[in-house]
Amino acid sequence: MSDSPTTVGAPEIVAPEGLPLEPPRLLDLYWYMLLNRRLEERLVNLYRQGKVVGGVYRSLGQEAESVGTAYALEPRDYVSPLIRNLGSILVKGAEPVDILKQYMAKGTGPSKGKDLNIHFGDLSKGFIGPVSMLGDMIPVMGGVALGNRMQGRDSVCLVYIGDGGFSTGAAHEGWNFICAQRLPVILVAEDNCYAYSTPTEKQMGNRNMVDRALGYGCAGVQVDGNDVLACWDAAREAVGRARSGKGPTLIEVKTYRRKGHAEHDDQRYVSKEELQTWESRDPVTRYEQWLLSQEVVDREQLEQIDARIKRKLDAAVDEAENAPMPEPRTALDDVWSTPRWPHANPNYHDFTKEIVK
Amino acid sequence: MSAPERGGTTTYLEAIRQGLWEEMEGDDRVFLLGEDVGVYGGAFKVTDGFLERFGEGRVVDTPISEAAIVGASVGAAMMGLRPVAEMQFIDFISCGFDQLTNVAAKNRYRWGQGTPIVVRGPAGGGVHGGPFHSLQAESYFAHTAGLKVVCPATPYDAKGLIKAAIRDDDPVVFQEHKFLYRRIKEDLPAEDFVVPLGKARIHREGKDLSILTWAAMVHTATEAAEALAADGVEVEIVDLRTLVPLDEEAVLRSVAKTSRAIVLHEAPRTGGFGGEIAATIAEKAFEYLDAPILRVTAPDTPVPYSPPLEEYYLPGKDDLLEAARKLLDY
Repeated sequence: MSDSPTTVGAPEIVAPEGLPLEPPRLLDLYWYMLLNRRLEERLVNLYRQGKVVGGVYRSLGQEAESVGTAYALEPRDYVSPLIRNLGSILVKGAEPVDILKQYMAKGTGPSKGKDLNIHFGDLSKGFIGPVSMLGDMIPVMGGVALGNRMQGRDSVCLVYIGDGGFSTGAAHEGWNFICAQRLPVILVAEDNCYAYSTPTEKQMGNRNMVDRALGYGCAGVQVDGNDVLACWDAAREAVGRARSGKGPTLIEVKTYRRKGHAEHDDQRYVSKEELQTWESRDPVTRYEQWLLSQEVVDREQLEQIDARIKRKLDAAVDEAENAPMPEPRTALDDVWSTPRWPHANPNYHDFTKEIVK
Repeated sequence: MSAPERGGTTTYLEAIRQGLWEEMEGDDRVFLLGEDVGVYGGAFKVTDGFLERFGEGRVVDTPISEAAIVGASVGAAMMGLRPVAEMQFIDFISCGFDQLTNVAAKNRYRWGQGTPIVVRGPAGGGVHGGPFHSLQAESYFAHTAGLKVVCPATPYDAKGLIKAAIRDDDPVVFQEHKFLYRRIKEDLPAEDFVVPLGKARIHREGKDLSILTWAAMVHTATEAAEALAADGVEVEIVDLRTLVPLDEEAVLRSVAKTSRAIVLHEAPRTGGFGGEIAATIAEKAFEYLDAPILRVTAPDTPVPYSPPLEEYYLPGKDDLLEAARKLLDY
């Protein structure tokens, strides 16, 4: 692994100067990070019970960058996450029960069983789920920003890409278009050290994606992705720039994916020492320590937050488990705006119908 | 270039220009984006004069980035707009393929989000464009659930269908046949009209043989029909106009009437949309047939450049006459 920026892995959080966050908002950040982590822990349990149909893609160790960056947005702003940015859409108002239903392929989930995990969106809440083809959402969010600008709205867009996804043509085309048009978009480029099993060194010649900002002609900043306040602060500045018409920003976050690509992946390509190093930089623990050291909260209050999250997730899991699976025939619905084609079911043959000459 | 006339004697190209212009005048949500669509007015001048009339806000010159053009169209459509994206040649749609087939086409199915975009561009051969400027791309997209595919053959339909495509709530791939751009003219009405998606048109009535086709091949079929008429054979030409939705009823009605069917298209044979039509006839009108269904198509090769090669590649009148004789003699 090549050198990370000096701030990454600092044992303590370095609060930005003049931090304009009051204690309730500081605890909001904690709530979303812990909700992100606890919800994924529930998903792993359900996965092991065979109740999750597809895979589970953990963001363990990356909660700070998802939550911190998305928390800088206003309700009228839009975010498009990657699979590991569960925290970002929780900040934007996605409900854990809906995410559980998605993973469990339930008929009453947001995509009615048509798609999985966080592959759905809710424009009223300002999030647009990803597709599996990495980089595709960057041009799409460019269009969202363009569409808003054309209609005189000052909404800002935030879209994520990983060290792997930034190698795609779509990512380049999208970000280049956004920069050429000076659109109010923020690209969070996550270096979490691995794309599935491939280390970042094999994705790019220059490990620091922030350097690309110069080439694209946008603002660029690199932050410690395991420091939620640093992530929030960088995003806050970028949102300000975007909203005031000063164009896009590329924020590179240095972080680490502490689980395999998904639950089936045993991470045999990763050393124990490396995992231990990054466990010691756990973003939730670091933030807890900062909150305690700054006397924002005491240990008991942190435990109360955890207990509230547990109650919320107990209810959500219960509801999701009891939700019905979809009706098989609804597989034919919602392909076009017009009703089902007469021949939508290809195996239905009607020989009896007379052709009217 | 000034505002287009409304109606009058109109080329295929000018008909599309009129349709785009009228939709932009009538609906603030409609805007154009693509390579060289603004200052230059498009490689074929379909959007000439639009920048001056509608401004940079609604006529967006983009980088050479088809994925970004289609992707940005998807995003803008989510925000309530009606983007019309130009592919400089429809061949380049391969560079935006993922955005069309995975993002635009699946949005509604995946999370209920409609994507009313039109991706339009010049398609087809006959102008010696070679392997990268001659594609008929319909079968790639007809095979993707969630997209609609439109291939007009006349100025009236080109205008009526581009207007209908822009007003449609689904993503539409709109193939303009570049061979027809300035070669055919038609008197168009001055008043507003649309041609609904999913309705075929009987281009020529006949009782002896059906030719089911679309785009420039409608005119090739007409040449063959005229030659056959001299021998007393009445050919019916069904111009499908849109492949998705397919007007299955029009296909079946015609075949039930004539009992002989040729499916004609300009794209290569294997996996071409003609196979879909032939299969539909075989499944649903088998008992009406007096002869096998024949396909007349391009061969399974890229589109070649040199005129003698391209002429050989493209289905022509003689290919049709030979197929028709076989069916009539069967």
